[in-house]
Amino acid sequence: MANTKELRTQITSIKNTQKITSAQELVAASKMRRTQERMAKGRPYSDHIRAVIGHVANASPEYRHAFMIEREVKRVGYIIVTTDKGLCGGLNVNLLKTTVKHIQGWVNEGVEVDLCLIGNKGAQFFRSYGGHVVAATSHQSEVPQVGDLIGSIKVMLDAFEEGRIDKIYLSNNVFVNTMTQKPTITQLVPLDAEDDSGLKHRWDYIYEPDARELMEGLITRFIESQVYQAVVENVACEQAAKMIAMKNATDNAGDLIDELSLIMNNVRQAAITQELAEIVGGAAAV
Amino acid sequence: MASTVHCSIVSAEQEIFSGMVESVIMTGTIGELGIWPGHTPLLTGVKPGPVRLRLEGGEEEVFFASGGFIEVQPTAITILADTAVRADDLDEAAAVEAQQRAQRELADNRSDIDFARVNADIAEQAAMLRTIRKHREQKR
Repeated sequence: MANTKELRTQITSIKNTQKITSAQELVAASKMRRTQERMAKGRPYSDHIRAVIGHVANASPEYRHAFMIEREVKRVGYIIVTTDKGLCGGLNVNLLKTTVKHIQGWVNEGVEVDLCLIGNKGAQFFRSYGGHVVAATSHQSEVPQVGDLIGSIKVMLDAFEEGRIDKIYLSNNVFVNTMTQKPTITQLVPLDAEDDSGLKHRWDYIYEPDARELMEGLITRFIESQVYQAVVENVACEQAAKMIAMKNATDNAGDLIDELSLIMNNVRQAAITQELAEIVGGAAAV
Repeated sequence: MASTVHCSIVSAEQEIFSGMVESVIMTGTIGELGIWPGHTPLLTGVKPGPVRLRLEGGEEEVFFASGGFIEVQPTAITILADTAVRADDLDEAAAVEAQQRAQRELADNRSDIDFARVNADIAEQAAMLRTIRKHREQKR
């Protein structure tokens, strides 16, 4: 059996770890509130613009933007949003697993895949997993700026416009609640028509001043807002997942400390008993 | 009862208004727009300026939108504003100051300023002031 001193060092070290994890839990909890607020504020805009784009894709417009035309798929692009830091449980792993499965589906059909990675964890993963990465950005602050994201997305959009990529997906975690984050893959371009049976007949908007100009602006804004929302949502997911992961770690450390304390007390008691037995035995011998 | 149409105003930061309205009056890219229920589908840009909503029952509410897009469907109006605020929350002093700052910047005539941006700034502040004044008149 291990001796008391060894056990005591082990307990101390676990206690130190527990202090760190519980501190991180508290930090994540306080950050989580702020990031969730930011996410909730941005949601209506991204939802509404998605609805509008859905209508537009359903209409029979006089002018069809490049982003509205379905093409034969030879190469697809993925924009994958992951966190920069770890210690957030299975958040990134789940997302990457789902994405890789999705990618595999295309690869099996003989379609090539390009990747645009936002966040460090995705970059690390695909460095070892392999994959054609065309753009990567990491170390986003907790208050993501649209401007910082545009550059890397533009690579993808340009490729789409030039016809090198025929479909772009956006893959990110969607915040359901603090306990659940759902990996989700949505099609960004070509625009996905909203299934709305009420609007099936042929109709078109009146465009003022000019369909082309308007669509250009609207679609750019749509893509920006979708990616921005994905990143903001991902930050909220990260903090929530981190809080849960750190809470579990703290609880586990507590259990471990209890267990080890019990063993240590047993060992100490056994040592005392043995010592007493030796003294009694010694006295009897005299 | 007058017929109504659902209208929502969202800015990048938050949802500002959502509800039934009798009419919407605002400035589109090529001119003033008055939208009543049953309007034909329309897609246009928003110019900085006041957005006046006539609520159910005739009450009026004024917002300020600084640009963006508006989508009109016969049964729904969606205003996707870059930024939007309730006219009540507009700060006149701040708008005047921002306008003066922009004008000073323009008057400074330095080469490193972005004329397009400064001019847009001035236009936006002017629109904001217009909204505030209109709103005040109406209250009286």
